[in-house]
Amino acid sequence: MSDRSRAPTHTTPLARREARLAWGMMLPTLISVALIVVLPLLAVFWISFKPISLADLRAPTPVISERVRGEGEERRAEYRLRNSSQDKAIRNVVIEDSLPSDLIKGPLPDGCAAEGDRLICRMDEIEGGYNERLIVPLSPDADEDELENGEPVVTGEADNILTNMEFTLKNFTLIFNSGEFMSVLGVTLFYTVFGTLGALVAGMFAAQLLNHSFRFQGILRGLFLFPYVAPVIAVAFSWLILFDPFTGSANALLVQMGVADETINFFGTRPLALIMVTSFEIWRYFPMAFLFILARMQSIDSDMYEAADMDGASPFQKFWYLSLPQLLGILSVLFLLRFIWTFNKFDDIFLLTGGNAGTRTLTVSVYDQAFAVSNIGAGAAVAVVIFGCLLMFSAVFFKIMSREEGL
Amino acid sequence: MKILHTYLRSAVLLGALWMFILAVTFAVAFSFITGDPMRPSLWLSLIWGAAGGGLMFAASRWTFIAAATVAIAATGLAGFGPVIFAQIGPGGIFIAGLLGFSFGWTLDVMFGGLPRGKLSRHEWEAAVIRFLSGLGYIVFTAAVFIPFYVMVMTSLKNQSELMLNPLDFSVDLSKGWGLFSSYYELFTKFNFDTYLLNSFMISVMTVIVTLMFSIPGAYAVARLRFRGAALMSRSILLIYMVPIIVLALPIYIAFSMTGLRNSFVGILMIYPVTTIPVALYMLQGYFRGLPAEIEEAGLMDGLSRLQVIRKITLPLSLPALASVSLYVFMIAWNEFLLAFMLLDDPGKFTLTRGIASLNSSEIPRQHLMAGSVIATIPIMLIFLGLERFMTKGLTAGSVKG
Repeated sequence: MSDRSRAPTHTTPLARREARLAWGMMLPTLISVALIVVLPLLAVFWISFKPISLADLRAPTPVISERVRGEGEERRAEYRLRNSSQDKAIRNVVIEDSLPSDLIKGPLPDGCAAEGDRLICRMDEIEGGYNERLIVPLSPDADEDELENGEPVVTGEADNILTNMEFTLKNFTLIFNSGEFMSVLGVTLFYTVFGTLGALVAGMFAAQLLNHSFRFQGILRGLFLFPYVAPVIAVAFSWLILFDPFTGSANALLVQMGVADETINFFGTRPLALIMVTSFEIWRYFPMAFLFILARMQSIDSDMYEAADMDGASPFQKFWYLSLPQLLGILSVLFLLRFIWTFNKFDDIFLLTGGNAGTRTLTVSVYDQAFAVSNIGAGAAVAVVIFGCLLMFSAVFFKIMSREEGL
Repeated sequence: MKILHTYLRSAVLLGALWMFILAVTFAVAFSFITGDPMRPSLWLSLIWGAAGGGLMFAASRWTFIAAATVAIAATGLAGFGPVIFAQIGPGGIFIAGLLGFSFGWTLDVMFGGLPRGKLSRHEWEAAVIRFLSGLGYIVFTAAVFIPFYVMVMTSLKNQSELMLNPLDFSVDLSKGWGLFSSYYELFTKFNFDTYLLNSFMISVMTVIVTLMFSIPGAYAVARLRFRGAALMSRSILLIYMVPIIVLALPIYIAFSMTGLRNSFVGILMIYPVTTIPVALYMLQGYFRGLPAEIEEAGLMDGLSRLQVIRKITLPLSLPALASVSLYVFMIAWNEFLLAFMLLDDPGKFTLTRGIASLNSSEIPRQHLMAGSVIATIPIMLIFLGLERFMTKGLTAGSVKG
């Protein structure tokens, strides 16, 4: 921040032009972010107060089909009209079909009228699950082709659950009242706290190992980054296969070495599954902590250590009294970032356990509610809870960040 | 702790622990390689390790290493060595000998140059640190390496071979090209060629779009003076913290309604938004680090701001642009959740989505792992080739100095 002096107190034309240019340069980003981030966030809030399920995403529409049936005196056109929704009414339904009036023989159904060579039917409302036949008697000599030309068109108005003004608190009461919520919160916290701390401690240890040059340093550094770089789906399935209860090598190894008597279902039993997904999180993200910590370590002045050597400090003392205070800044920033990102993690648990065996975190429960239970409203409500937590974390984050300049 | 500050005592203690660590390492490593049953013995390792520490105190360097090699090989043959074999053959003797040699060599390095008597705190801690480093190298290398090893080896073996002995990863080289039958099938019957191309196209497009948006944005935040600049750079980070799953829900609904689901256009609308914050953050850190004087000189010479950016700033920040591109490419290539939710037409699958479709009981796990290898290899090659680049770019702006 040092190169930006205090903003000028009065605006000159030049400063105004610069500000205009700046906003112009940021505009595309701002617009795209607003469209894909801010708008959906508002939508989540909106949906979380609505009683809406996956099936409601398709608005109720009237559906019509036409058939000509019968011979001679029995000849008739049958219009089959139904409501696509089982429980929502459609208003102002209008059916239009080209049907020359001279072909019609006999009374028309209620609400229908022949106007010139068109048949028009109007209905005030058809309720949910409506499924009726409208029968129009025809003259016996009516030509099949003439009747069949042109499909009937139907229009109607229905409430779209997404845009109407019906609100409810049911989603929130549902998720807070289910006894599961507290356990989901507990699992989320365990996963987040231990996943974050583990990744930091492992990253610190790895950085210490590679903080001096030796022959294999480059190779090892590349290898240590593998878990972070590989696609999550690839490594998650590898873990599943390695720890498979029936054909997994890990189980075969444990049994052979006499550690376990019988095979263990690592990702399917209760406390163990959560420990496993947390270990996976640590395994996958320690490289990121390692990268940042190593970069910081290598930027520490070596004069300090030389002075400490002169004073007879032992290696552990040097680490404890010299390196750690220097690393505290990057560690606190990393802790906050990783904490927030681990809290947000979805794919890892989704792929490893699908949230079963006591590993359902808040993010997995958004997906479960919305797509497994088909209750989109409840899913959005969980998402709102997540967002609330994140706002809290971010406030803390920026408080600490502003003290830690340089990031 | 003070009681341990002599050469002999710490050599016996660390030797015992070290032998146990090495015995476990060897048993696991060679079980994975050969599939032969063997197991480390806790008590025997501790006893032999302690004895080895004592011997090191008494003997010269090469005598000690040779003696350790012979002794551990002999005890292995007799059946009471640190690693116990179900049946000992020439291979087993070789493994036991190698264990003895490694033990002698590494323990000697651990205590290299220490006086054979009282140790100062300094000297003692140096030995302990070497011991811990050795442990660290073993643990980290094993933890990182094993899942990838399992991935590659599983992709080369068929179901029945795997069921027979899950530990036997020895590859039957007589099969020749038949080893890669899974890969061949994925490319011929499972459309993996299409997926690979789709993933590549989408990732490259994401990089281009991201750079187009984030270069001007990052420059404005880093260099230009306007009211709200600090707020802007904060909000960038804030976007970084919105979980994808929260956005995925309304995006899924909106895309279902507008027909953008299951289309490259839809994917290319969303991917850049997940990567722009990262790119903005990395680039602004880099732009801040560039000396402002060069740009000011350009301005003095009558260039406009935009010309300065094009002719001075961008050429200077090529390394940063390269590492940002790489990182964005990696994110897009590895992205799974959005692809999983938004793509249902196999002609449009990305690699990650394609692998997810292999996860069914009808398809052998060999294919699943082969697919994983196909998705992992390109990104690994790119990364290893440009790793130094990446490290610099990733940590730019976060490190003072």
